[in-house]
Amino acid sequence: MRKKIVKFLGSWSWLLPSLVGVLIFFVIPFCVVIYYSVLDNPIFSNFVGLENFKKLFQNTAFLRACKNTGIFTAIAVPLSIIVSLAMAFGLNSKIPGKSWIRSCFLCPLMVPIASVVLVWQVIFHYHGTLNQITGLFGIEPIDWLKSNWSYLILTIMFLWKTLGYNMILFMSAIAGIPKNILEVAELEGASEFYQLIHIKLRYLSPTILFVTILSIISSFKMFREVYLLTGDYPYESMYLLQHFMNNTFKSLDYQKLSSAAVILSLVMVVMMGILYLIERKYGEDVEE
Amino acid sequence: MKIHSSRRFRKNFLTGLLFVISAAAAILFILPTVFTITNSFMTEKEITANYGAMIESASADKKTYISEELNLKFIPDSVSTAQYLSVLFKSPDYLLKFWNSVILVVPITVFQVLLATVTAYGFSRYRGRVREIIFFIYIILMLMPYQVTLVPNYLVSDFLGILGSKWAIILPGIFSPFSVYLLTKVMRRIPKAYFEAARLDGAGEIQIFTHICLPLCRSSMLSVGLLVFIDYWNMVEQPLILLESEDQYPLSVFLSQINSGDVGLAFAVAVVYMIPALLLFLYGEEYLVEGITYAGGVKG
Repeated sequence: MRKKIVKFLGSWSWLLPSLVGVLIFFVIPFCVVIYYSVLDNPIFSNFVGLENFKKLFQNTAFLRACKNTGIFTAIAVPLSIIVSLAMAFGLNSKIPGKSWIRSCFLCPLMVPIASVVLVWQVIFHYHGTLNQITGLFGIEPIDWLKSNWSYLILTIMFLWKTLGYNMILFMSAIAGIPKNILEVAELEGASEFYQLIHIKLRYLSPTILFVTILSIISSFKMFREVYLLTGDYPYESMYLLQHFMNNTFKSLDYQKLSSAAVILSLVMVVMMGILYLIERKYGEDVEE
Repeated sequence: MKIHSSRRFRKNFLTGLLFVISAAAAILFILPTVFTITNSFMTEKEITANYGAMIESASADKKTYISEELNLKFIPDSVSTAQYLSVLFKSPDYLLKFWNSVILVVPITVFQVLLATVTAYGFSRYRGRVREIIFFIYIILMLMPYQVTLVPNYLVSDFLGILGSKWAIILPGIFSPFSVYLLTKVMRRIPKAYFEAARLDGAGEIQIFTHICLPLCRSSMLSVGLLVFIDYWNMVEQPLILLESEDQYPLSVFLSQINSGDVGLAFAVAVVYMIPALLLFLYGEEYLVEGITYAGGVKG
């Protein structure tokens, strides 16, 4: 009996320090956040049910932030997956200088955004490089950062930052596709396209799922670029969720913050659940 | 014979085309970085001549135009180290901010990885229902964006009285579940037989951990550390919310405020800031790639 207890304690003692930290810094405060989200204010603490959420959905700043983040994510994430997948297939064939090219694609991952933001500013400025280039073709200059083109700019910066990472993931996943299956398909006369859709993509589907989730998370981090480019109050179409959170932090509106955090975490969990189910359905027959 | 050679030609042609496209794309990818580096060797005069319009529009009060157009220049007219000299000797502000970054990021990276190694051992050596559930919670936490986690972080820092100090960033950083997830995946791949053999030879758990697990995971720990380092070296969200005064800001945030005044040395500061990350990249690219593939579960 004593031996069993010692063993039990021994096995949990490895986890203990981390568990305590995670409970203190993430789990317990998150429960407090949920609690705050259904109260009218932290001092009188009357239960108001879903009142805070209702108010949040009438808040124009929140709606705009959701809309912008949503549109950007919907454009950038699929694009990033398709392009990085294509790049991975490209680099997996025999071309010279492969490792150099790979290093170049990975480089943006390491370079701090703050360091290159000056170059982005020069490129997208009203009197900047991009307008000079389009000017050569007789196109009117556009103030890129202060127009609806901002989605395009965000997407370019997003792709620059994330493509290398995604490509590495896809490359090692492609290397893991069993060769014999592809050979059989080839012998049986399956076209390249058929092989891609029915064999390769199926084997890649767990990786595609993972890359999608990662890209969604990094698309939520695009605030960094926008903040460094344009500061606290960007043009309307660049107003992202993190801007909303920052401004709410400044006014210390706990109810708004808490309900926004709860909504967002729900959205994330639901989205991941859906992606997981899709992947399970699509990659069903593939044995690991 | 003829068919054969034309097919070969087609294949070679496709490979060549692929090479040209990927090489061009690769150059495009490093161009912003290269520009930053080459521009850091410009004299202040040349910088204001080329990027004057940007300074003008960045500052609130209207100054006279220095030049209307922005000219992105690749190679400076005259190479000078003036920018670096003024960063190093005349503007202690930037070095201070650089130091702020270091004292935030280094403790987070080191302690997050060390703690995660111990925790991952607990998750991989002992399995069970409760542990699986806890591990699942760790994964969910890892996948939550800052917009969600910063609110609890703020509340708890306020409660503990560390809000506004660097501990409000360091402590949650150390307990962040990212490296636990990665290292657990790595350790679960170590064959059970290794542990059993050590056990039979009379090794205790701590000895098994230090003598078998650690040596096998050393390169993975480096990979994870590298990923954690880049992530935090780049941080913007946490300092803006959790720190009190701008004096404490890391350079990653402070760099954005540079353009109102010292554009003349902005590029040099930017280069100084990317040097640690670039050195780590040159030294540890293979580790980085390994870390990424583990994160993707491709190998796990």
